[in-house]
Amino acid sequence: MSLSTAPTLQYDYKVVRQFSIMAVVWAVVGMLVGVLLATQLIWPELTYGIPWLSYGRLRPLHTNAVIFAFGGSALFGTSYYVVQRTCATRLFLPGLAALTFWGWQLVIVLAAVTLPLGMTSGKEYAELEWPIDLLIAVVWISYAVVFFGTVARRQARHIYVANWFYGAFILTVALLHVVNSLEIPVSLTKSYSVYPGAIDAMVQWWYGHNAVGFFLTAGFLGMMYYFVPKQAERPVYSYRLSVVHFWALIGIYMWAGPHHLHYTAVPDWAQTLGMVFSIMLWAPSWGGMINGLMTLSGAWEKLRTDPIIRFMVVAISFYGMSTFEGPMMAIKAVNALSHDTDWTIGHVHSGALGWVAMITLGCLYHLIPRLYGKKQMYSVAAINVHFWLSTIGVVLYISSMWIAGVMQGLMWRAVNDDGTLTYTFIEALKATYPYYVGRLLGGVAFLAGAVLMGWNVWKTVAGAQPVSESVPGSAYPVGSANLARPA
Amino acid sequence: MSHEIVEKRIGLMGLLIILVVSGGGLAEIVPLFSQVEVTAPVEGMKPLAALELAGRDVFIREGCHVCHTQMVRPLRAETERYGHYSLAGESVWEHPFLWGSKRTGPDLARVGTRYSDDWHRVHLMNPRDVVPESNMPAFPWLAEATLDPGAVGPKMKALRTVGVPYTDDDIVGAAAKVTGKTELDAVIAYLQQLGTILKGKR
Repeated sequence: MSLSTAPTLQYDYKVVRQFSIMAVVWAVVGMLVGVLLATQLIWPELTYGIPWLSYGRLRPLHTNAVIFAFGGSALFGTSYYVVQRTCATRLFLPGLAALTFWGWQLVIVLAAVTLPLGMTSGKEYAELEWPIDLLIAVVWISYAVVFFGTVARRQARHIYVANWFYGAFILTVALLHVVNSLEIPVSLTKSYSVYPGAIDAMVQWWYGHNAVGFFLTAGFLGMMYYFVPKQAERPVYSYRLSVVHFWALIGIYMWAGPHHLHYTAVPDWAQTLGMVFSIMLWAPSWGGMINGLMTLSGAWEKLRTDPIIRFMVVAISFYGMSTFEGPMMAIKAVNALSHDTDWTIGHVHSGALGWVAMITLGCLYHLIPRLYGKKQMYSVAAINVHFWLSTIGVVLYISSMWIAGVMQGLMWRAVNDDGTLTYTFIEALKATYPYYVGRLLGGVAFLAGAVLMGWNVWKTVAGAQPVSESVPGSAYPVGSANLARPA
Repeated sequence: MSHEIVEKRIGLMGLLIILVVSGGGLAEIVPLFSQVEVTAPVEGMKPLAALELAGRDVFIREGCHVCHTQMVRPLRAETERYGHYSLAGESVWEHPFLWGSKRTGPDLARVGTRYSDDWHRVHLMNPRDVVPESNMPAFPWLAEATLDPGAVGPKMKALRTVGVPYTDDDIVGAAAKVTGKTELDAVIAYLQQLGTILKGKR
């Protein structure tokens, strides 16, 4: 709030650089495991007799690697960058921030060791055993202290919108993680959830759906609200819309979990609540999409020349598409068909690859050169190739899974005139194989793009001097008119 | 009301965020603890026997629930294919629940006694020997892994603390029940009891 802050203070970029580079590394690793899994579904003999490479153990490794290692590193890194710049101040407790980096990487390495060994709680996206859960809790609380401490000592009076989203993501993930991970240990590597059956299911999907809503949505909307206006050099489209959709989004998301449990043995009233709130969620989700896309008003011509903008626009479009698809699939009549099929896998990947990965890739391409004193990436042409590999990869992936999923749902429910089932289960699987090949090709294209990015990042940062940048001495412009332009 | 009030106070904003995100869980999870339909076991149900419990943990370790649900929905084609729809009361001693979310393979909620032990043995060693088009992984290592008899008692004890009614006799006798058995024996014992408590299935 004062104009007299010493101008020689430097932003803490080291931890941002570390997380950004590791995000790229984990993207390649996580997607590679995904491609291996897609291959195993076609050729199950591929890793015959090797327990730690069997599908059931590797699938959680894939989900943990892409969500928590790739997505998590990107969220940590970008939030540390964004919160410093929009608050015009250094990180609060930089030593603690460094600890979150090493702690988070330790969590990832422990996951990469324990999951293939079959050490799992059995709960989706929360598979890690209790000692690692405790470590996650420690790292996460440290993260909250650094983030909120930094916001608290900001020079700007207003808290920039990206920080609302990052803040909500940090607080809510802490709540979700603690509640869902309550378990009774048997040994260092084995525990049982404290919740019984149907309640465990409800807790799990309250967690699971909001891991999507907060880890994979709110956090990445924070990213969008900083990097899209920066890259487009335009202010955020609507301040009012950001206020409305923020509170509506975080409130409604938390009620939508039971749509993962339609027609199961959880009580009907919970399923109905879950369905109603899921449909309501469409509105605030599209509020975010509109605010992101319309930020490009007056800058649409950049789509022709700037592959980073292309990444961002396609990401926001996928966000809009999958947040329409989600509420639709949450309608019980639709869910009766889609549940348990590959349609769900397609839906998840249109969100995870189309939205989360592509917005992250765009932001990293914006961020990494700036952290190393470069104007742009080593090869802008390679960014463009990456963009097309990703886009074609996602489209191939999700269209394969859509067709496969709808087909499975229809084959499972088909009955003959005499009331008997038309197809055996294995006939539906046989019919799916061609689409598993389509999905594999899409996944390989997406992975190839990530590898290309790895090369491009290497060429950009190798030998480059890590940049240090002074915290501006003057206060961040005050007033909501200026609020929409991030520093 | 002006949003500025919130936007300039991080403490207030944090507090409001916590309030706003607490609603869903409070409304949807908390009432379940007092709902009989969700907490009362189906009549005649017994906790898993020692060998079955050991098998359940092998099932979890290998991630079988990643591709097999244990939740028959009350839809005509499902009850036709798998049997009576699943009841919450069948899951009250399940820690964690294993309902799953994806059927790359068929639902297993009522697979108990549907196939012979020998069929399961062959199928788990190499699924394609009995189902040529299957894409299920083979689990040959299960046949060679002998169970640790000392491991089951502590598991029962832990489960008892969260409400599974194991008796002292169950816990003391657990080791003897699994001595000399393989993980393959255990998984088959687990599979063969799945869903058998409900009579009158198709």
